[in-house]
Amino acid sequence: MGLRVVTEKRVRVPVWLEVLVPVGAVMGALIAGAVLLALLGVSPLAAYAAMLRGSLGDWYGISETLVKAVPLTLAGLAVALSFRMQVWNIGAEGQLYMGALAAAAAVRFAFVDNSLVMFCLMAGAAALAGGTWGAFAGYLKARWNVNEIITTLMLNYIAIHAVDYFVYGPWKDPASLGFPMTASFPAAARLPQFFDSRVHLGIFFAVVFAVLFHIVFRWTKWGFEVRVIGANPKAAQYAGINFLRNAVLVMFVSGAVAGFSGMCEMAGLQGRLQHGFSPGYGYTAIIVAWLARLNPLALMGVAFLLGALLVGGDTLQVVMRLPLSSIQVLQGLILFAVLGAEYFLTYRVRFIRSVPDSPKEVD
Amino acid sequence: MAAEIPPLVFMRGITKRFLGVKANDAIDFDVRPGEVHTLLGENGAGKSTLMNVLCGLYKPDGGEIEIEGELRRFRTPRDAIAAGIGMVHQHFMLVPAQTVWENMVLGLDALPQVLPRKDIVRRIEEISERYALRVDPLAPVWQLSIGEQQRVAILKALYRQARILVLDEPTAVLIPQEIQSLFATIRQMRGEGHGIVFISHKLDEVLAVSDRISILRKGKKIGTFAAVGVTKEKLAEMMVGRQVFFNGAPPTTERGPVFLAVRDLVVRGERGNIAVQGVSLELRQKEIFGLAGVAGNGQLELCEAMVGLRGSESGDVLVQGREMGNASPRAFLDRGVAYIPEDRKGTGLVPSMNIRENVVLRKYWKKPFARGRWFIDWEVAAGHTGRLVERFGVITPGLGIPIRALSGGNLQKLMLARELSDNPKAIIAVQPTWGLDVGATEYVRERLLEQRDRGAAVFLVSEDLEELLALSDRLAVIHQGRIMGITKNPRALSEEDLGLLMAGTSLEDVLRGREERGDAPLPGPLRDPGTFFAGDGAAQKKAFRAEGGEGRTPWA
Ligand SMILES: Nc1ncnc2c1ncn2[C@@H]1O[C@H](COP(=O)(O)OP(=O)(O)OP(=O)(O)O)[C@@H](O)[C@H]1O
Ligand SMILES: [Mg+2]
Repeated sequence: MGLRVVTEKRVRVPVWLEVLVPVGAVMGALIAGAVLLALLGVSPLAAYAAMLRGSLGDWYGISETLVKAVPLTLAGLAVALSFRMQVWNIGAEGQLYMGALAAAAAVRFAFVDNSLVMFCLMAGAAALAGGTWGAFAGYLKARWNVNEIITTLMLNYIAIHAVDYFVYGPWKDPASLGFPMTASFPAAARLPQFFDSRVHLGIFFAVVFAVLFHIVFRWTKWGFEVRVIGANPKAAQYAGINFLRNAVLVMFVSGAVAGFSGMCEMAGLQGRLQHGFSPGYGYTAIIVAWLARLNPLALMGVAFLLGALLVGGDTLQVVMRLPLSSIQVLQGLILFAVLGAEYFLTYRVRFIRSVPDSPKEVD
Repeated sequence: MAAEIPPLVFMRGITKRFLGVKANDAIDFDVRPGEVHTLLGENGAGKSTLMNVLCGLYKPDGGEIEIEGELRRFRTPRDAIAAGIGMVHQHFMLVPAQTVWENMVLGLDALPQVLPRKDIVRRIEEISERYALRVDPLAPVWQLSIGEQQRVAILKALYRQARILVLDEPTAVLIPQEIQSLFATIRQMRGEGHGIVFISHKLDEVLAVSDRISILRKGKKIGTFAAVGVTKEKLAEMMVGRQVFFNGAPPTTERGPVFLAVRDLVVRGERGNIAVQGVSLELRQKEIFGLAGVAGNGQLELCEAMVGLRGSESGDVLVQGREMGNASPRAFLDRGVAYIPEDRKGTGLVPSMNIRENVVLRKYWKKPFARGRWFIDWEVAAGHTGRLVERFGVITPGLGIPIRALSGGNLQKLMLARELSDNPKAIIAVQPTWGLDVGATEYVRERLLEQRDRGAAVFLVSEDLEELLALSDRLAVIHQGRIMGITKNPRALSEEDLGLLMAGTSLEDVLRGREERGDAPLPGPLRDPGTFFAGDGAAQKKAFRAEGGEGRTPWA
């Protein structure tokens, strides 16, 4: 007679659980992280306090959190759109790189000394490049049922290496002392920054796009079509919704928004194209979209929190002199706990004493 | 004094609430060993809910359950299965990607790591032999028709040696012969001391198989009666609270022009097989054209090809004489072809969306639901939905909740409401009264007749012969993708004759059989002048020309 673990799908998720589980998960992760920090010889309380102060304690911290929330929101929206249709675009990272690459090309080959014109040029080029990158996978999926998870993932590597080719090779700034980056863009090819901080014009677009996506899902025919395909593809066909067209379109728009976010990141912050300019925003965006349950408005909030986590990690690195990898472990721990907790929302786990083949169990 | 044998199941004072709806209100229900106890009630009366409580899916808000005299509380379906309760759900739950035998053992406790496939398959074959439930244990479930899947679901319960078997509307997708063999199965189990709960809206069946009948209305139990001595009319009246009539509809005298024609159509099925083997037929306005056939004989593929959901290998579908090629479903929709698919949760509706969204599913791009080029006017949609729900008597806890929460019959009503509400020119209806209670069935049949009289061409695909005979102006029988014959005088045929045709006997043999038995010769023209036999293109054309007059020869 032993203990047996039984899991079963919940028929309904109680509201209290929906709140309790993620909160509990974060607490658990923080406790596990505390153990980790203690092992590294750092006071966990001091470390957490430093993280909190660094990310949200003053205007500088908040502004840095906002800076990180911008690409997370934009790429998160891109991902959420395709997920709504049950097309699993995990290629936001590659689309982001392609967007930046195309925008850098626009600066290099079609420079006009006017911020507005230049912004439109860069945004157009980025959206087109990112969109094409996504639409390609979408077409393969719709036409030949090629698994989009694999294609978008592979396309990520191609895009990242394509950027590397240019920044290490033909576009490398001779004055960069060997760093893999292009020359600094002229002022007209940069996005304005505000409030005496690094918060740039991208934040405006993050909010606009979130609201726009909300409207699209809620009120438009297209948003409805996307949701129907995601909820029941057979019923979508029955309603005369064209899967091929929508798969390509959704992946194009998704890629375009991700590409646009790459352009914002490059032109708003670094002001040049450089190797590894995105620390995996396109991947973190998947988590953002998922935690926000694909809701565009909630997505902004989640992006802000994850942004804070990233900034807090940076602070920890500086203040506590912790190695980058240990901070990544801590961040991973928190994300792992929150995502893992989802399981307990969908499934109920019970421990029962197993009495094989005896239906005598009564309570 | 010997103790009295306790009932197998005793549910006492069961109450279950959903968002303000009392689906079950203090219901007492018991099943004795060796009896068939039927639950009867209108759509949404709470039958499935009560049985879901019994099988551990829902936790009751009040009341208790005794199994063989012992108080039990089921926290999960597993507990109920362990207590010997087997349920075949109204929308049975199989895993489509897995084979029949895998589905059988799925969720069983105490499974060995390596499944003894041979033994399992052998046992399935034994059971299916014993209870005459034919299935291929090695076929993946997604390839099976709904009728076949249902057999698997019944087998699954038997495989688990259920003492108490709950059958929630099991006969809806079976032909008479299959229903008879299911009843034989049920009687055999009853003889072996099992308790059976039977749910059906077909009163003849209920009277044929039940020992006792309990009637629910709006969540409350009206009473429990012995089946002997009750009549259909009495049952219907107790269920609905008023008298229900349904007599065969008068056939139309004047048929309209051909609206939709199918020419030498060859269509592949899901398995890549040729499911429809050169079918030709034509639907005329102002008529109901019935198509009888056992599930899985190509009618699904035929219907899908007729509405643009499935491409054809060869042949063509013509709407008002225009070849549709492999036009999109929307092209058919725009020409006024409505479609009521068999598989309502899988194709016809989106279970996770709300009523409004499901109502506009096939018209959101049109006025008045579309606002401008981009937007949907949900206010208009809500208004429209409210009116439809009222008109078709859909019982729902609210317009904003996912339709998953609706009862089976109400889902069907919702789909019908959507498809019939804007006066379609042709209606392809597959099992339109599947799962509807007597009152709603009467209502839907009247709506179909109304549509016919208004001028619609109705294609009625069903396995319910009583329904086909009551409604059809012309009737065809399909077997293995071929039309066995088309008759202009369906009422001259008996249900047995049709059953034989559906099982593959040729019309000639059926007629000969009648002669040999000395049955009265069939009155009137039996064979439709436009009777087509598969593969006989020349004869088809000749027959079509011979009919002349109104016939534009679509392929001349
Ligand atoms: N999960 C649920 N959430 C909310 N309401 C529900 C749910 N399940 C059932 N209901 C409601 O409870 C009532 C009874 O439903 P039930 O499915 O038991 O009816 P039924 O008698 O089986 O009807 P039918 O003959 O149409 O299958 C209906 O009003 C239905 O809308
Ligand atoms: Mg039911």
